[in-house]
Amino acid sequence: MSKIRLQDHILVPKHELLSEEEAKKILETLRLNKEQLPKIKVDDPIAKEIGAKVGDIVRVERESPTSGKSIVYRLVV
Amino acid sequence: MKYKDILDKYPFPQSVKEEINAELEKFNVKKTQARKIVERCFQAYLQNLIEPGEPAGIVAAQSIGEPGTQMTMRTFHYAGVAEIDVTLGLPRLIEIMDVRKNPSTPMMTIRLTEEYAKDREKAREVANRIEATYILDIAEVLTDIRNMQIIVRLDANAMERKQLSFEEVKKKIEKGLKLPVEGNEEEMELVIQIKEPSYKTLMTTYEKLRKMVLTGIKEIRRVIIRKEEDEYVLYTEGSNLKKVMKIKGVDFSRTITNNIYEIYEVLGIEGARSAIIREAKSTLEEQGLEVDDRHIMLVADAMTSAGELRQIGRHGVAGEKQSILARAAFEMTVNNLLDAAIRGDIDKLTGITENIIVGQPIRLGTGDVELVSRIGVKK
Repeated sequence: MSKIRLQDHILVPKHELLSEEEAKKILETLRLNKEQLPKIKVDDPIAKEIGAKVGDIVRVERESPTSGKSIVYRLVV
Repeated sequence: MKYKDILDKYPFPQSVKEEINAELEKFNVKKTQARKIVERCFQAYLQNLIEPGEPAGIVAAQSIGEPGTQMTMRTFHYAGVAEIDVTLGLPRLIEIMDVRKNPSTPMMTIRLTEEYAKDREKAREVANRIEATYILDIAEVLTDIRNMQIIVRLDANAMERKQLSFEEVKKKIEKGLKLPVEGNEEEMELVIQIKEPSYKTLMTTYEKLRKMVLTGIKEIRRVIIRKEEDEYVLYTEGSNLKKVMKIKGVDFSRTITNNIYEIYEVLGIEGARSAIIREAKSTLEEQGLEVDDRHIMLVADAMTSAGELRQIGRHGVAGEKQSILARAAFEMTVNNLLDAAIRGDIDKLTGITENIIVGQPIRLGTGDVELVSRIGVKK
């Protein structure tokens, strides 16, 4: 049986790990500190799946009923 | 999108961009005109944004709370979806906000892979793999005190329905009880001999046999097959997402449960967020109440922003406020004040609640704005 990819589930939006430069750029445009972002745990099933480490930033692309597509960032803790 | 290059200069949400683009395309506007129109749209968009200093949380609380007063207080079960009882109305909404680990009526909607979804027999096969089957479902169990035996009389019809063979049942019982089982396939009878001549051992073995799950998943007490459009869907009483998603024939990506905590454990925090929105929305809609999505989304965001599920209440969002006075104003006033006094805590009066308590202007709306005028500076 092929391995299940949790990200394929209809309830789970697309998660993406940001590179360091990308993360820096995002924080600058948002004028935020890392700590002000919402969090995601390292042992979160999806964080594990994309191989996130503590301190990384994850980009979440949600399907939103009000704005079509919304992008959120989460700090891995 | 034809006007993508113009629209991408503005921070519109995706759906607004698409809408403007569709309108512009309809009238086939020239680029220079389009630029002006989009600029005007952007002005309108800015005017419709929530204003800085607006208490979004309080607006959300009131917008959910007010229609909530009209919800049924009674734990109301309905038999709409295939005769399965589901908690609805206010009790269900409270359950969602409280992040109960064991909701009163867990339920799953299981969709099947293409191969299994079209055929009722195939769907039945998957259902059998999921539904917990006990010995009493397929047999009659007798205890013989004189010979210290447990006699299992299997029902051939029930076994056929559950797609179990005589040998399978025998092996399952042997493994579960760690006792040798003698079988007579012709008479469909299994005999378990107890060696110790003790009535108690006989009874405990009997109890163990009765509670043993032969096939399926323990938590799932009942499975109902229903045809929806052109595919068969399984509805279950009881829920165990982790086990169900590994069952052959289950389309994992479209299988959901109403137990939000389980979704959090299996699918992570973002999955839990979607589930909260989905469940809260369907609970409100079922009662005929219309609440704007944004209010529910705000609640879901507050519950999931810490990376783990927090309930709305003193063990979660409200209990983690840094201000002592704000916590005391919410619940357990005396305990909060006493604990703070013992620890010698300091309240810096930065929030809203504590400033209302001490009678200061709050930092919300116009209270959040400071006016600075430079006197004597000429332009």
